[in-house]
Amino acid sequence: MQNTPQRAVNWSRIVKESLVAGLIALVLFFELVGVRVVDNPGGLGLRSRWLWLLIAVVATAVGRLLLAWRREILNNRPVADLGLTASDSGKSDSRIQIFTRYVAPLLIAFALTLPMMPFANRYIVDIATLVLTYVMLGWGLNIVVGLAGLLDLGYVAFYAVGAYSYALLSTQLGWSFWVSLPLAGLLAASFGILLGFPVLRLRGDYLAIVTLGFGEIVRIILLNWYTFTNGPDGISGIPRPSFFGLPFKRHVPEGTDSFSSFFGLDYSSMHRIIFLYYLILLLALLTNFFTLRIRRLPIGRAWEALREDEIASRSLGINPTNTKLSGFAIGAMFAGFAGSFFATRQGFVSPESFTFIESAVILSIVVLGGMGSQIGVVLAAVLLIGGTEMFRSLADFRMLAFGALMVAIMVWKPRGLLSNREPTVRLADHPEEPSPDLVAEQKS
Amino acid sequence: MLKVVGVQTYYGKIHALRGVDLQVNEGEIVSLIGANGAGKSTLLMTICGNPRAAGGSIHFLGQDISRLTTDRIVRQGIAQSPEGRRIFPRMTVLENLMMGALTSEPSYFDNDLERVTDLFPILKERASQKGGTLSGGEQQMLAIGRALMGRPKMLLLDEPSLGLAPLVVKQIFQVIEQINKEDGVTILLVEQNAFHALRLASRGYVMVNGRITLSGGGEELLNNPEVRSAYLEGGAKV
Ligand SMILES: Nc1ncnc2c1ncn2[C@@H]1O[C@H](COP(=O)(O)OP(=O)(O)O)[C@@H](O)[C@H]1O
Ligand SMILES: [Mg+2]
Repeated sequence: MQNTPQRAVNWSRIVKESLVAGLIALVLFFELVGVRVVDNPGGLGLRSRWLWLLIAVVATAVGRLLLAWRREILNNRPVADLGLTASDSGKSDSRIQIFTRYVAPLLIAFALTLPMMPFANRYIVDIATLVLTYVMLGWGLNIVVGLAGLLDLGYVAFYAVGAYSYALLSTQLGWSFWVSLPLAGLLAASFGILLGFPVLRLRGDYLAIVTLGFGEIVRIILLNWYTFTNGPDGISGIPRPSFFGLPFKRHVPEGTDSFSSFFGLDYSSMHRIIFLYYLILLLALLTNFFTLRIRRLPIGRAWEALREDEIASRSLGINPTNTKLSGFAIGAMFAGFAGSFFATRQGFVSPESFTFIESAVILSIVVLGGMGSQIGVVLAAVLLIGGTEMFRSLADFRMLAFGALMVAIMVWKPRGLLSNREPTVRLADHPEEPSPDLVAEQKS
Repeated sequence: MLKVVGVQTYYGKIHALRGVDLQVNEGEIVSLIGANGAGKSTLLMTICGNPRAAGGSIHFLGQDISRLTTDRIVRQGIAQSPEGRRIFPRMTVLENLMMGALTSEPSYFDNDLERVTDLFPILKERASQKGGTLSGGEQQMLAIGRALMGRPKMLLLDEPSLGLAPLVVKQIFQVIEQINKEDGVTILLVEQNAFHALRLASRGYVMVNGRITLSGGGEELLNNPEVRSAYLEGGAKV
């Protein structure tokens, strides 16, 4: 590819694009920024902010100009390059492998010790818990999108099923968290199968649309099935988790122990926060461990094969329907687990927590992370969730920062942060000899 | 072994196969030649159940397979190296081969891997390279190797020589012969490269517009004036 002559930069096209972008910005921002309704003493009035509008329009046009210019410079590179050019698969592959090998244990060690760090106040641990929830959701969706290649825009539905399962089981039947958890996962998985049966013969965009609809249907049912879900009011008073039966409370009934009294500690509200943090860390690591294992099993291989080439997969004896269904259901199961955690952490669930934007955020994490990369998901979740939390002080501009971040990542790394696929099996270091035990392990 | 009788296939309104009769006996290499768009690939795909035959019957080892799904057909012992190779580009060579072994006994794996890498030593050298980074010839070898990993009784090959250098074509045809002679795999070979294909085959069929128009022994077809003028004199320069 180096040999192809550099094409001349097409300035007229760049300028035209930038002008069009500016025009669109003008139309869009006119109402959003340009005019503002103000409460005058004599009634509502309009105040114009032409300078703001000008800034927004110019910023958009210049941004577009720079993007187009950059693209023109890189023009000789194919856009939808699968990551198969020699340089990509050789150098950066091994760099990413080294990165993964050393960074993963470091990240885990960091996560394990985070609550003991001197800077770990309640706010930090809370954010870390939130980030980990999204890491888990991202890993779960990664099974569906990254491994099985099924674009699911309604993943939040399974998260909701898990959350409501635990909410109802615990408040109505008095079940404990650990007993409800598997059932919530199972229920979410059954919903996955229920949805999967009719839709998995659809491809790509159609599947995306149907799953999007399914996500909304679940939310609307939760909203309207008043007798069962308590509608928009949600379910409150969901039991908080206990430490093997020891509640995190200051005062407990006579003759029983709380977490702090049992361990002879002074009561602190941090105990529960930290416990929740470790709980989600455990659940997330479980998801990761499961994914890493299943990728090496025939079923995981079949998912990836289907993603790569459905016709070839079929001609190798893979049953596409069952294979996709299992991927869909397993992905849903992890969303169900995460949902239960969400319910016990919040103590309250309502349909509002399960809107489409949640699905979109989780999907962004997977896509920005590099579809199929486990560490990529972590990085993307830290950036998107942690980042936007940090930007909370920006108030209204928070979502703008979120958007800008996404655009930046897509421009900088169009295939996601870490888009290289880790092989599930390697030959031993001698290129001549396939290692028998490695191969044997793969087959078991 | 394989008996195709009166098979009709449609793609929507396009009538791609208009009553095809073809038979492959155990241990044979049978070549199917024909111009672009004749329906050769469609026939191989129809045998594998995707698309389904709209009429006629397909029997494999005495069993009617025309109503089975593709994965069930494959599990009866038919493997295909499809048109365009269709290897998994982001998986390594070794992983591609493992995908081929999905339907076979795990205990066969080591032997089968050794056999395939004996036939195509280059695959061993490239074992940890991504499939998509292989050259065209290597990809074709991988596609055939992958199909063999399932221990098929019968192998369907769709234009294995397409777009390859003459030397590589020669090597691939040698291996096809080897697979047939040494491993006893029955082969149905679709080719536009009529000269090589017919020389290798014990019998051959010629397909035109979704119908079989000629059939006979490989030598016989090679010397047939119609075949010569349509598929050899013009195309033999390849
Ligand atoms: N997926 C498809 N959809 C619609 N028409 C197809 C499809 N595949 C092949 N055809 C048509 O069927 C006919 C036979 O094609 P094919 O079997 O690929 O021929 P060959 O392999 O002999 O070159 C052609 O007219 C082709 O256009
Ligand atoms: Mg063809």
